[in-house]
Amino acid sequence: MSSATKAERPNYVSTTNACKLCTPLGASLAFRGVEGAIPFLHGSQGCATYMRRYVISHFREPVDIASSALGEKNAIYGGGPNLKKGILNVMKKYEPKLVGIATTCLTETIGDDVPMNIREFRDEFGDLDLPELVEVSTPSYNGTHVDGWHGAVRSMVEQLCTAKAADAHRVNILPNMVSCEDVRHLQDICRDFSIAATILPDISETLDGPALEDYVKIPSGGTPLEDIQAMSGSRGTIEFGRCLPKQTGGTSLEKAFGVKNHRIGLPIGLRESDRFFEALEQISGKDMPRRYELERGRLIDAYVDGHKYVAGKRAVVYGEEDLVVGLTAFLAEIGVDVVLAGTGARKKGLENAIAHVTDGVARMAPDVREGVDFNDIAEEAETLKPDLLIGHSKGYKYAKAWSVPLVRIGFPIHDRFGGQRILHLGYKGALSLYDTIVNTVIERKQSDSPVGYGYI
Amino acid sequence: MSTTILEERKAQIHRTGEGAIDIACNRESLAGAVSQRACVFCGSRVVLYPIADALHLVHGPIGCAVYTWDIRGALSSGPELHRLSFSTDLQETDVIFGGEKKLEAALDELIDRHNPKAAFVYSTCIVGIIGDDLEAVCRKMTEKKGIPVLPVQSEGFKGSKRAGYLAACKAMFRLVGTEDVADVSPVSVNILGDFNLAGEIWIVREYFRKMGVEVVANITGDGRVRDVGRSHGAALNLVQCSGATLDLAKMMQEKYGTPYLRVSYLGIEDMADSLYQVADFFKDKDPGIVGRTEKLVRDELQTLMPELARMRKDLEGKKVAMYVGGSFKAFSLVKAFRHLGMQVVMVGSQTGTKEDYAELEQITDPGTVIIDDANPLELSHFIKEKDVDVFVGGVKERPIAFKLGVGFCDHNHERKEALEGFVGMLNFAREIHSSVMSPVWNFVPRRANRVAEAEKEAANE
Repeated sequence: MSSATKAERPNYVSTTNACKLCTPLGASLAFRGVEGAIPFLHGSQGCATYMRRYVISHFREPVDIASSALGEKNAIYGGGPNLKKGILNVMKKYEPKLVGIATTCLTETIGDDVPMNIREFRDEFGDLDLPELVEVSTPSYNGTHVDGWHGAVRSMVEQLCTAKAADAHRVNILPNMVSCEDVRHLQDICRDFSIAATILPDISETLDGPALEDYVKIPSGGTPLEDIQAMSGSRGTIEFGRCLPKQTGGTSLEKAFGVKNHRIGLPIGLRESDRFFEALEQISGKDMPRRYELERGRLIDAYVDGHKYVAGKRAVVYGEEDLVVGLTAFLAEIGVDVVLAGTGARKKGLENAIAHVTDGVARMAPDVREGVDFNDIAEEAETLKPDLLIGHSKGYKYAKAWSVPLVRIGFPIHDRFGGQRILHLGYKGALSLYDTIVNTVIERKQSDSPVGYGYI
Repeated sequence: MSTTILEERKAQIHRTGEGAIDIACNRESLAGAVSQRACVFCGSRVVLYPIADALHLVHGPIGCAVYTWDIRGALSSGPELHRLSFSTDLQETDVIFGGEKKLEAALDELIDRHNPKAAFVYSTCIVGIIGDDLEAVCRKMTEKKGIPVLPVQSEGFKGSKRAGYLAACKAMFRLVGTEDVADVSPVSVNILGDFNLAGEIWIVREYFRKMGVEVVANITGDGRVRDVGRSHGAALNLVQCSGATLDLAKMMQEKYGTPYLRVSYLGIEDMADSLYQVADFFKDKDPGIVGRTEKLVRDELQTLMPELARMRKDLEGKKVAMYVGGSFKAFSLVKAFRHLGMQVVMVGSQTGTKEDYAELEQITDPGTVIIDDANPLELSHFIKEKDVDVFVGGVKERPIAFKLGVGFCDHNHERKEALEGFVGMLNFAREIHSSVMSPVWNFVPRRANRVAEAEKEAANE
């Protein structure tokens, strides 16, 4: 079997328990990471409501996503008027600095021309103090939530950063779909490298805010618009992802303004984190601060201390393509055999990316599958007999059925608390993942043991 | 230019006692208003989802299926097919060339894999636009597979959630009358509009068992295709929830002459009253039923009331706001809160009718805000204005309450606590008590600052 056909989903027509979400959801999340922004779905009311509910269950934060709430007449005659009316209402109620407009399958198929609608809107209401309007095309029959995320990031870069800014000691980081805690960690790292960072999007505050005196219409935090506009003047862009689309916010900045784009994997595990720190050293012109040398050293120390507990354990890893690559890189380093690496996305080059990041350390090449659902994963897992499942909450049903522990990582985490505060990135993130995984294995060993050792 | 209530929304808000109630409702949600409402598809999915031995296939791109994957707490005592999320996962080429072939193939493989008793095929927005002939595919697959394959016309944009209820009832009505009813008791009911959240229908069925009433079909909590097929044999339909299954009851009344009663299993009065209504209906056929029902209610209240009284001591005078899907539930909750000594100061609903809101006006205290199709800013506005202690709603409302430092009770389809029946009233009271009386509110800025200010004032005096 050639690797190309192996990576494709082979036989089923239907999807059972999908391992992906739809494109507008990813776009909404990305828009949520900009200061003063409100996501706006151009489609029927249900899309916005369902996605809000889904996102709220993970972050436990208010998530207001507006909708053009199209009805039957709009679907026939076009959704333009409702889109405009919706933007006006959102302006009245939320006073946003940016409205991030994502299309849906409905409006893509009825052929609404959103860029034109926005131009018309600007002409008609130019006398008002208009917010920035950014649009992204996110038909849900094309790609997954990750594509929606990357699409929204690229749209923001291209539509907001339109002029060359003065050179500044800055770095752009396009972090991919990571947790709020991850973004906070990236901010700290850049601060310690004494370089100003524009992290786009920055969901660290907007999707994990403090308790406040009042209900705020739009939470504080997020990437400031001025910073996005100034991305053209940065010393370089680091974008995380080995499965990214050809064109991204990073490539756009490079093409339009010559900002060097460093495309590296999600810094999960030792080697992928090394690459991130190397890129930062290069861009900032500063050596790695001692605290990260120490973190790196502690990580290796922990790898050694715990290696026997996890050696040769068999893991099934699933979720967003780049998260799967990062986790597989990390698991290969610690001697866990990834037996199946699966994503619901298609045509992402997952197999090559995994081969690249596990090169020289993995004891075996995992079965790499794109376009999978949980039914496919379950079928494979019967013969693969994993010791661990690693991925988001939606694998719980299967973990329970097979009596295998599920290590919850990624999005969504609907059946545990604190998913937004899981740290994945950098040496510190790797250490935290490592502790979790080693302890999960030990816990299982303890509970399976008739003796239940108190010292391990 | 900020306003809390948009001009176009003002007619959808009323305050009890301030003029005649003429609330606007049953409207499409306003663009840009961030409605808490979902869509037609959502309405159908809610109603049909708990039928546990049917295949539920969502025909559309992946989103509609994943966002409704096992999100509700509808339990089954047997098969669990309903808890899986099936989709045709339409791709761009399917949208261009039409999705009928893919739908047919998906049904073929899924019916073979799972051997369901029936299949429901849900139409989504995009299917309505590309014009796949669901009816024809379903007819063909019914013949091919030998089970009912039922189209559910639930295109998201074709109305509100309420329209989805009707689509679901139409699909179910095709099943009614397909099974033999020779062995059905003359003292029998169908339970409509209960979804067995956290096993609630089992509580209610136990009451009916004690009363000597046979339950023919659960529609749809812990539901079975065969039971729906023989539901026309029941002597009476009991319809809970204002909108979801009332249409089915009406269709059954018209075609089979089955009368229906509207009931509620929430709160003490409504639970007891519902059981008494059923006893009253059957007392000619079974004279002993009234006595048995009275004993049942008496026994249940004996254990319940002292516990409630204990909690009431703490809760007396606390204020409540609620935002629910159907307003029928709100009637029961207003009464339930009175038992806890609490005052309802805001009631909202996604899909209430003029009659519903008029009735709410009747049973609420002057000044109570009644609101149709609200949104986060309006809800937070009224929570603050009324200074409420606890908010009742669903997952989307929870963080609104929590951000404002207000207690919360999940009382929608995703709840994992049984809140129906007498025991449910106790669970409900405990949940309210545990949230309202939690020490965490002391640290929430809104309350903490108030305490600090009061202390400062006291020191100045």
